[in-house]
Amino acid sequence: MEFFDNHKKLFGATFLLFAGLTILVAILPAINNQRNNAPLPNAEVLSGDAVQGKAIFIANGCVACHTQQVRNVDMDKTWGSRPSIAADYAGIHRTDIWRNTATLMGTERTGPDLTNIGSRQPSMEWNLVHLYNPRIVVKESIMPAYPWMFTIKAEPAKDDVVVNVPEAFLKGKAGKVVATRQALQLVAYLQSLKQTPLPDGRPAPEFLYKRTERKQAAAGDAVQGLDGAALYATNCQSCHQANGEGLKGAFPSLKDSKIVLDDNPETMVNIIMNGYTAREKEGFPPMPAVGTDNKLSAEEVAAIMNHEKTSWGNNAKQVTPEQIKEIIDAVKIKAN
Amino acid sequence: MKMKWYPQCIRGLLSTTGLISFSPLFAQNTGKPAFYFPHLNGLLLILFVLIFFMLAAALYLKFKTGEMIKMIKRLKHRNAAKNFEDYIGNLNSEQIEAYLNYKKESSPTKTSSAKNTGTLLKTIFFFLLLWLKGGQLFAQGTDPDKGSVLGETGIIITIVLLLIPISAGIVFMVIKVLSLIKQNRNRLNLAEADQLAQYLATSPDEDTRAALLKRKEALDYALTNNELSGNLSPQDSRGLISNISVSSALPVVVQKKRAVKRPNIDPRLSQLVLWYLGCATFWLLFGTTVGEYLGIKFVAPDADHVSWLSFGRLRPVHTNAVFWGWASLGMLGLAYYTVPRVSNTKLASFKMGWYSLHLINAAVLLGTICLMAGINNGGGEYREYIWPVMLLFGIALVLTLINFLQTIARRTTKEIYISNWYIVAALIFGLVISIVAYVPWWQDGLGETIIQGYYMHQGVGMWFMMMTLGLVYYYLPQQLNRPIYSYSLGILAYWTQILFYTLIGTHHFVFSSIPWWLQTIAIVGSVGMVIPVVAGTTNFIMTFKGAWHKITDSYTLPFFLVGIIFYFTGSLQGTAEAFRSTNLMWHFTDFTVAHSHLTMYGIISFFVWAGIYTIIPRLTGREAPQITVGAHFWFALIGLLFYTVPLMYGSTLKGLMWMDGKPFMESVIFSAPYWLWRAIGGSLMWVSHLFFAYNIYKMFAAGSVVDVKEAAFEKLSQKSENTI
Repeated sequence: MEFFDNHKKLFGATFLLFAGLTILVAILPAINNQRNNAPLPNAEVLSGDAVQGKAIFIANGCVACHTQQVRNVDMDKTWGSRPSIAADYAGIHRTDIWRNTATLMGTERTGPDLTNIGSRQPSMEWNLVHLYNPRIVVKESIMPAYPWMFTIKAEPAKDDVVVNVPEAFLKGKAGKVVATRQALQLVAYLQSLKQTPLPDGRPAPEFLYKRTERKQAAAGDAVQGLDGAALYATNCQSCHQANGEGLKGAFPSLKDSKIVLDDNPETMVNIIMNGYTAREKEGFPPMPAVGTDNKLSAEEVAAIMNHEKTSWGNNAKQVTPEQIKEIIDAVKIKAN
Repeated sequence: MKMKWYPQCIRGLLSTTGLISFSPLFAQNTGKPAFYFPHLNGLLLILFVLIFFMLAAALYLKFKTGEMIKMIKRLKHRNAAKNFEDYIGNLNSEQIEAYLNYKKESSPTKTSSAKNTGTLLKTIFFFLLLWLKGGQLFAQGTDPDKGSVLGETGIIITIVLLLIPISAGIVFMVIKVLSLIKQNRNRLNLAEADQLAQYLATSPDEDTRAALLKRKEALDYALTNNELSGNLSPQDSRGLISNISVSSALPVVVQKKRAVKRPNIDPRLSQLVLWYLGCATFWLLFGTTVGEYLGIKFVAPDADHVSWLSFGRLRPVHTNAVFWGWASLGMLGLAYYTVPRVSNTKLASFKMGWYSLHLINAAVLLGTICLMAGINNGGGEYREYIWPVMLLFGIALVLTLINFLQTIARRTTKEIYISNWYIVAALIFGLVISIVAYVPWWQDGLGETIIQGYYMHQGVGMWFMMMTLGLVYYYLPQQLNRPIYSYSLGILAYWTQILFYTLIGTHHFVFSSIPWWLQTIAIVGSVGMVIPVVAGTTNFIMTFKGAWHKITDSYTLPFFLVGIIFYFTGSLQGTAEAFRSTNLMWHFTDFTVAHSHLTMYGIISFFVWAGIYTIIPRLTGREAPQITVGAHFWFALIGLLFYTVPLMYGSTLKGLMWMDGKPFMESVIFSAPYWLWRAIGGSLMWVSHLFFAYNIYKMFAAGSVVDVKEAAFEKLSQKSENTI
């Protein structure tokens, strides 16, 4: 055929077909999407430190392992209270003329999703220790350590943020570990990562592919369906550790804890739902309001409490979800 | 006649897969969970055919062993003496002589055949056990009613793809068992021979003796072997006889066919091609050393605490170095040879070729430094280099495209050979996607993600795959010494690849915040990819038809074959991964990593190696030691399988754990052994690259043994120059 033997026609046609499809399937949708998109009215703008922290996040290629998207599928419920929507990314613009936008959605989840990490793990102390070496707080973690974001000082100045690193991880270095500006900025960025609630009245998109078996089990026997140990691992373990002993000087022990063993669960529920600052004098940082931040239900709180009350040698009276529900309602009013 | 069934078969296959796959896509648009589809029959059919095939193999083996057992029984009871008469009638000359000279003194000892039967029965029992076990395994692996996961199209496709090599393994096992049966049969025959020997031990009577003597005389008659040829040495007036090997020493490995030197290659072109391939080899070594280190970091995360070597910075260094450094330079080097060759003309501009080489090397070098220093584009895969760096690569593509187009314009053939379609198209597409992805003024916001899906998948499919296919269309027929099977299939694959591949980018962001319809289009396009993949694979496999025997005595063809197999399985795996149901399980896990290694390594790298081993000996006249080529091949192949198979298995289970709502850390702990396997496989692959680099060195410059003839003529020509 003459057409195939003429290189101008052949390659011209090839180019036009490809370019045409490119325009239809990539360029027009891209332009359309970035034009018809606006941030949610109640979305918070990143602080100066958080912006710097995001640049550090990008420079170190954290997106290689951490996604920032909650998909609209049931299994992603762990990572946020609602699926991410286009508006969540509307506030993100080109970094500068040299570098692209960095929506940081990611394609690999070697580490946890970070869409809502600011709510899930708001503690600055935990984040700093974890950055210095993740294996201090999560023994099996394979995340890289970032000790170069810290300096060692014999006598830290008054404003320095000292990080409580166990001796084993100091490798013989003497002195106090002090977070550099870089580390603090990176943590500021992580703390800023929170899902913006949808403005009132707007229904959130549904999570698809619901777990069917789980639902049936829940209908039959609501409490037994919940695994306290798993919930503890997801919500509490990164600080209080798998053995319940916490981390000396950083996170208090739950083993033999008076509050955990107390037959009256009120204080414990209050701490879980509203956080706790009473032990700062002993060097323990404030505990975040894990229950409220992670939107734990009364059943889930009860399952976690029962796990804590009966593990690591603890042997206290168990609680029921009904009992906890009552207390949660009460402590919520108190907090407000 | 023969061809008639073929297109029908393909059509049938396509329509079934089409039917099966499209219906769920639209069903899911309603947002309802859809784990089960009504049209699974087609794929299940294939699955059952495969299982049937395995059962048939098992039955065949059972039949064969049954036959053998019968034979043993028969041997015990039959009347031996009658057979012996027949044996004596069929003796050859030497046997007759031995028989006649036989002296009675020797007394043969009786050996019992019972012992043999005992071991035989044991062997059979062992194999029966093996079958039973195998049967159980398969029953567990393929029963679609056992769990909801096994009912999904993607999973079934994967199982079918897995079953293909397994059935090949079964064929291999059947062959092995048959040879075992043969061995046992020989043992039985030996037992019978013992009996015969006993019979023969009694010396023959006179009549038999005379008859045997006469027979011996007849058998001993022989020709002198030069009745037709005479005693003169052969005349080879057409130069048909060459490369006569008189070496008869026992080689360590099977000696394969040596490369034939191509006549009249412009030394300037040789030098250019060699530099491209040499630089590519460097980037392969560099990139995979980084990759190997990254694999180790999964097992030993505290291996170092240097910011420039941290995981997040090195990962893109690895991917970009092997993409733009190794694979791209390797393909371009091979293309610089192919384009002028199939146009039957000279390369338009050597200068532009050299500029391109320098620019690409500079881009990868600068890009690597930038990434390690923490300067990147904001992290979309393979788009990590910032645009000023990638601009160098883009200019190189422009120069190469102009160069190739000018070369093709000057061609002395009428038609444009299909290789040049693919190669030039790949350059055009590579440029288009780079411009779309990198022009810094237009993407701002979510558009980045849509373009990212488009860019990274077009990079893989329209740059790497397209050009590699073009190269295979030249190098494969060249090595098989036969034309490509079908030009039309090549053309069909060309246009359908453009049509479908361009659509599929967004399947990397299924369930994300980009429009649902765009995701659906991507899934449909992924299914459409079946057409070019099946067409291409068919074309290559059919080119092999009638020349399969050449694989055993070629060291390049195995590389092609592995590339073709992975082209088929790897590409279709991509289709299987694109469905929404499989995305649930596999997305975000290391399954994607395994898939990209199966394709970029299994397809692209193996094809590029095949091309390199084909062409360099023809440019330099030097070949790599065949034993190290073999080592390269096997280390790479086995390493790749060690890398990918455990990773795919572990990732599937990990995905299921996530779907089950297990704590995230549990899935990390669970993955540890699979990451270890990945590191082991990666190490094997890395070792294979050391062999490859050594081979390159041997083919380039290594002090080869002086060829007496060539050296003599060189001296002669020097002398004549001096006298002039």
